Amino acid sequence: MDSKFIPGDKVRVIERSQPGHVRTPMYVRGKPGVIERIVGPQPNPETLAYGQSGLPYKMLYRVNFSQKVLWPDYEGQDNDSLEIEIYEHWLERI
Amino acid sequence: MSEHHHDHLNATHTHDGKPIQNDEPPSIEAESLETAVRELLMEKGVITADELRGAIEAQEQRRPELGAKIIARAWVDEDFKQKLLSHGDMAVRSFGVDMKPTELCVVENTEEVHNLVVCTLCSCYPRAILGIPPAWYKRRDYRSRAVREPRSVLSEFGTIISEDRQVRVHDSNADLRYLVLPIRPSGTDDWSEEDLAELVTRDSMIGVAEAITPDG
Repeated sequence: MDSKFIPGDKVRVIERSQPGHVRTPMYVRGKPGVIERIVGPQPNPETLAYGQSGLPYKMLYRVNFSQKVLWPDYEGQDNDSLEIEIYEHWLERI
Repeated sequence: MSEHHHDHLNATHTHDGKPIQNDEPPSIEAESLETAVRELLMEKGVITADELRGAIEAQEQRRPELGAKIIARAWVDEDFKQKLLSHGDMAVRSFGVDMKPTELCVVENTEEVHNLVVCTLCSCYPRAILGIPPAWYKRRDYRSRAVREPRSVLSEFGTIISEDRQVRVHDSNADLRYLVLPIRPSGTDDWSEEDLAELVTRDSMIGVAEAITPDG
């Protein structure tokens, strides 16, 4: 399975409302980040959670975000960061 | 403004030193559902009561001491440490740990970086290595604040991270499980692996604390 992104790529988490078992927390939706690593293909939790197969697999990445980008009033240091796993169908290239 | 001048029905804080209610009450619906599914699985012969009991026993026998042994090995064995950081699943197999169906991601604390683990969506935790997560790890306030104001949360655990160190939060939201590799305390150069393991606490492997510093 090919990955659409490689480490270092700049991406944005797609901002959409989607009911059901979604593993993309609201606080990263619409936010820009950088691919930290490719985790690999994983079952899609959005169907797996409902007793389905989770197929086709979705490519999973770890994405690094600047805390100051996630929270404009963040009170820590400028280089503080957050890393989280995001499935490919929730990412767009920027 | 008078502190009692607000609408109590909508108040999200409390007075008179009463603890703030942070957590949802236990869900009767979820408990009933669990009971119903469990009884059905047994009636249909899918699992037996003894198998269920055994699974609970096995889970509860996992203790953070296992994680401490893994960390101590990484402190004394550079090759093992590199394997732990790059291929965590394979590295911990020699300790009898099977991470499936999840994958292990070990993150290293250094003089430049301090790592903190949280699961904002639920309570994902490296149970195969550390056992059952602490109650606070599952609480809504830890889960929401650890990503929002990690330095404040850390200071409430007594862990002050200096301004020249980066704080890196890991939201364990999907298929990886995170283990922090704490900094080996100074003054332990001649320590045995067994003694070093005594310095590695559960909390230091979640990242809310550093490893114990030996006296003297």
